[in-house]
Amino acid sequence: MLANFSMDNFNSQSLKINKASRRSLFNAIMTGLSAACILTALVPLALVLFYVTVNGFNRLDLDLFTQLPPAPGLQGGGIANAIAGTLIVVAIATLIAVPIGVMCAIWLAEFGGDDTSIDEWVRFGVNILAGVPSIISGVFIYGLMVKPALPGYSALAGGVALAVLMLPTIIRTTDEALKIVPQDIRWAALGVGASKYQMVLKVVLPAAVPAILTGVTLAVARAAGETAPLIFTALFSPFWPNGITNPIASLAVLVYNFATLPFKPQQELAWAASLILVLLVLASSITARLVTRKR
Amino acid sequence: MIEPGLRRIVESIMNPTSIANDVVLRAKDCDIYYGAYRAVRDVSVDIPQHKVTAFIGPSGCGKSTVLRCFNRLNDLIEVFHLKGKMTYHGQDLYAADVDPVEVRRRIGMVFQKPNPFPKTIYDNIAYGPRISNYQGDMDELVETSLRRAALWDEVKDKLQESGFSLSGGQQQRLCIARTIAVQPEVVLMDEPCSALDPISTLKVEELMKELIQDYTIIIVTHNMQQATRVADYTAFFNAEVVEGAGGKVGYLAEFDETQKIFSDPVQPETRDYVTGRFG
Repeated sequence: MLANFSMDNFNSQSLKINKASRRSLFNAIMTGLSAACILTALVPLALVLFYVTVNGFNRLDLDLFTQLPPAPGLQGGGIANAIAGTLIVVAIATLIAVPIGVMCAIWLAEFGGDDTSIDEWVRFGVNILAGVPSIISGVFIYGLMVKPALPGYSALAGGVALAVLMLPTIIRTTDEALKIVPQDIRWAALGVGASKYQMVLKVVLPAAVPAILTGVTLAVARAAGETAPLIFTALFSPFWPNGITNPIASLAVLVYNFATLPFKPQQELAWAASLILVLLVLASSITARLVTRKR
Repeated sequence: MIEPGLRRIVESIMNPTSIANDVVLRAKDCDIYYGAYRAVRDVSVDIPQHKVTAFIGPSGCGKSTVLRCFNRLNDLIEVFHLKGKMTYHGQDLYAADVDPVEVRRRIGMVFQKPNPFPKTIYDNIAYGPRISNYQGDMDELVETSLRRAALWDEVKDKLQESGFSLSGGQQQRLCIARTIAVQPEVVLMDEPCSALDPISTLKVEELMKELIQDYTIIIVTHNMQQATRVADYTAFFNAEVVEGAGGKVGYLAEFDETQKIFSDPVQPETRDYVTGRFG
């Protein structure tokens, strides 16, 4: 009797898909809705990439990477000084923010545990710093370094302003990266007689390096594109970079300055600079992904 | 491997009391607290030199907790504190001027789950000696340690590969090699075979019998057969529910030669446990 399926009165129709049921309709509508939202979110990205590429592409030539910007009214020229300037300012910012940020995160994740309330306050503070608008960081450094001429408008001041913006990202990602290093590895290191700092520097930190690199790259990508903090600090220069205590050109500020000028060559350079900036940010994000995937 | 054994036999003939009864580690009336909660009470045990001592007992009876007290690994738990006295060669391990790092260099530990560093096999072994400024030939030390852990033949051609590339049993032997590379006097083993298959378990047990010529071993195990196979002495820990304390408290029920514990224990609860009537 058990083997004879046709004998029982089970209605096999009830198992079939019923596309007209309320549940199926609801499911279909919600799926469609979220798909539409995804498209909406991707449209600006695609449009930005498209628009910048179309407008900037025709100036992508050798001159762009080797020449200084032309004086108003003249043709040609390039943005080489701004590319170099962005690299210099971001390098200064990275040199400041990475050691401080990583050390701060090490303290939070490895040493701060004795008094969790301090930990929480520092983390809270870092989160607030992450939410500070970038222009505030610019004004802050303006007041700290530019106004009192220490050393005034300069690559250094720009780098410090960007470092302030990079810090929270680096601290948070490093903190998270250290926290997910398995606890057994710490025990193992202590078990063979490591002091706490020997354990952190030689075992825990190396294990967290890929994730820390991702955080640093994201921070660098963000800093490279910042304009507001640089306007007050690094200012701009139509010339080649001249030491870190003098004003320096950067891609972001070049775009800001040239896009609104009434001269065609300058506007074209602004588009080209935008394209380079987007490509730089894109390249660093992709690098970050590759670095983490490899390990 | 015969020479140290011979030497010990000669020594034991010449000086019969010094061998079996040299106490390396001693716990005297130890109570272990987590905050106000007493987790383990009344532990008094003498760990003899060059012997394997097994800690057995049901889950939650505090055997691992007691084990971790011996190399001050419980210091990492903020609310932990110890009442009573734990000594190492007569020196109070918990005296204010004792450096836990120095303690752990002399009293090594092998953990329940194999936990190699995310480094090469070579660097896994060399890490401990390097941080304690080992001056000798590192290659030689790595080879000796791996040979002693019966792992050399399996890894000698891939010392630069990651420790994670090994199987579970090999990883555990790597961890044992790493522990003995810093040449501790005592090796604590916290259920070292619980994550291993029977063949790897057997290898680790044979290894313990080799190591005992130079080291003192304390092993926590859930496997009573393992205790009878490897241990000279056995401590049986039990746990009881405490009214009003909101949990169980572990205590040392009986400590004696392994043979005695398993064949003719004094306490009825020990007999019930070793004959499988509870636990």
